[in-house]
Amino acid sequence: MVSGFIVADDRNAGGFWDGLDKIFDFPAEVVNEAVEKGSGLPALLVKFMPSLIETINIALVSTLVGALLGAILSLAATRGFAQWPQLIPLWRRILDVMRAMPEIVIALILIFVLGGGPIPAMIAISFHTVGALGKLFSEVNENASIKPVDGLASVGANWWQKMMLGVVPQVAPNYLSYALLRFEINIRASAILGFVGAGGIGYDLKNSMSWGKGRYDEAAAIFILLFLTIVIVDQISSYFRNRLTYGNAEEVTL
Amino acid sequence: MSELTLSNTKAHMDRLYLKKRFFSFGIPSIIILYLIYIVITFDVINVAKSASATNARTLVGDSYSYKTHVRRDNRSSEISIKIEGEKKGAYPEGMTPDWVNRTSVGATVDLGGGHLIIFDDGFVTYDIPSYGQVWAKPSRRGVETRLPDGEFPGEINASKNRVAITTDHGRLTITRNNTEVFKYHFGWELFFFTLDSPYYGKSTSQIINAAFNGELGEIFRDFWYNKMWRHADVAWSLVETILMAFLGSFGAAVLALPLAFLAAKNFTPLSSIRFAMRRFFDFVRGVDALIWTILLARAFGPGPLTGALAILITDTGSFGKMFSEALENIDEKQVEGVKSTGASPVQRYRFGVLPQVIPVLLSQVLYYFESNTRSATIIGAITGGGIGLMLTQAMITQKDWEEVTYYIILIILMVMLMDWISGKLRSRLIKGGASYEL
Repeated sequence: MVSGFIVADDRNAGGFWDGLDKIFDFPAEVVNEAVEKGSGLPALLVKFMPSLIETINIALVSTLVGALLGAILSLAATRGFAQWPQLIPLWRRILDVMRAMPEIVIALILIFVLGGGPIPAMIAISFHTVGALGKLFSEVNENASIKPVDGLASVGANWWQKMMLGVVPQVAPNYLSYALLRFEINIRASAILGFVGAGGIGYDLKNSMSWGKGRYDEAAAIFILLFLTIVIVDQISSYFRNRLTYGNAEEVTL
Repeated sequence: MSELTLSNTKAHMDRLYLKKRFFSFGIPSIIILYLIYIVITFDVINVAKSASATNARTLVGDSYSYKTHVRRDNRSSEISIKIEGEKKGAYPEGMTPDWVNRTSVGATVDLGGGHLIIFDDGFVTYDIPSYGQVWAKPSRRGVETRLPDGEFPGEINASKNRVAITTDHGRLTITRNNTEVFKYHFGWELFFFTLDSPYYGKSTSQIINAAFNGELGEIFRDFWYNKMWRHADVAWSLVETILMAFLGSFGAAVLALPLAFLAAKNFTPLSSIRFAMRRFFDFVRGVDALIWTILLARAFGPGPLTGALAILITDTGSFGKMFSEALENIDEKQVEGVKSTGASPVQRYRFGVLPQVIPVLLSQVLYYFESNTRSATIIGAITGGGIGLMLTQAMITQKDWEEVTYYIILIILMVMLMDWISGKLRSRLIKGGASYEL
């Protein structure tokens, strides 16, 4: 590991030891400027609200779409529940590839075709989320009982009815808990994708950073907003996840 | 507990029905309403309308095909043939592809399917089957064109100074200074050897023969340092990306383990230290890798070290939290047992605590390592290191889509390989246990 760090240090533009004493320079500059223009900070926080909401919306809609598609694909890829058992390996490979695809790849390609904005980020994150959640969901499915499905089959239910009434009530709490965890991750991802040009608060951050000195108060405002959002979403999601795993029984059975 | 009367039971059932109704109708309609709101705010319809079909077409076309430029300088009458129009892909003097014939006054370019372009003395002709011959003469005053009658089979764009003809066999552009033909070929050009390599154009069996005759070193060198595809650089940047993920995850684990003891209830009785450690973990996790990357890039400059440190700092928070939770759940009996043999505190941790938690912790670290390979690609694109940088660079040129495709395939293979390795290791660590710890 030490040699790894040495290699990485060699390949870096600035050395680790040279940079070490400068590590607080930039934060200090940002903080100084933010303090200097302290009175304007609340206004800036309000100014960047719309882009923060855009970032959250990107994360929320891609978690939603990813969870819905991931659930369908995972059910299609689970032995016992699949409508076409021959296709299980195919669905699994598709999920693997979707999971392996880093968001940035799709985002950059879509920015080239669609232009900047939230939609490339939304599609890119959804795509990866389908794969990530699909894999987790299919492991939940493995542990679900097949008896309700057999019962529904005996009364002539079609595949959708079997899945919605037989499987989903069993797995919904676990699905929801994984989806919440994914939402946390997706907030971070959507902020990062903004930085490469896909809209939301990351894009504003990039702009104010490239302005350099004089606009650091904006950067500080964005840092604060981003930090608070991530912490709040983490707290809310972990509260609900705890309730889903340990919480009252009635809630869990839906 | 209320009495079990008929009315109570009925009220209870009514509540249950209401709840069920909410879950089966309420939630889907909320989701649909939200999606409609998103379609409106994100302006999906307009974006879909303004999607650049040309960009999409170049992207897809370029990812599996390449074009060769045959270009004549109209002033000096010099002809150059370059793959993708790049200097690195230029045909050396005296070497021409078999579909180009140099003549005393110019050249003939056979685009296939009867499409024939002739660079003649001062003018160009393009024979299009079942249409006729297009004649064009560039001069200092502009480009003069003569077309046969009938509907043109393809796209033609003619103005005073520039004529562009696109058919399904190629493209001819004439300006005052240059006459240029693009011919499209299927595949990735020069993927193994560039034109200046003696192995270019040789068949696989010839190369295998040469390799057995002691030329393996040269063959490998020509392939590995291929100027077009830069296999050596690409391989190195993949290693760099994995290195970033590795240093980040395992460095964070090493850092987080002692800190986690400070945050665990059963090891640190002082609640103020515990509280401080927990808030510290929350803070470094909450700041997020993006902000850490930006802050660190200011101090250390762009490069893999910055990315590795950004991952390291963020994951110290995540690991600290997870590790301390694992430490709170250990079995105290084993520690007691070790203590009864007269072990010192360090020995107690080493033999009583760590054997219990290490498999769980290691599998969590491996899981993060695997997901950090993906993050390192993204962070690399921002901070400038690894395959993420190569990818963004190739994308910015907006024409090297075949390289973009190559990188994407490599990234996916890399991530899947890491998934597979870490999955194997993790299932070995936790035999019989849940294979997907989070």
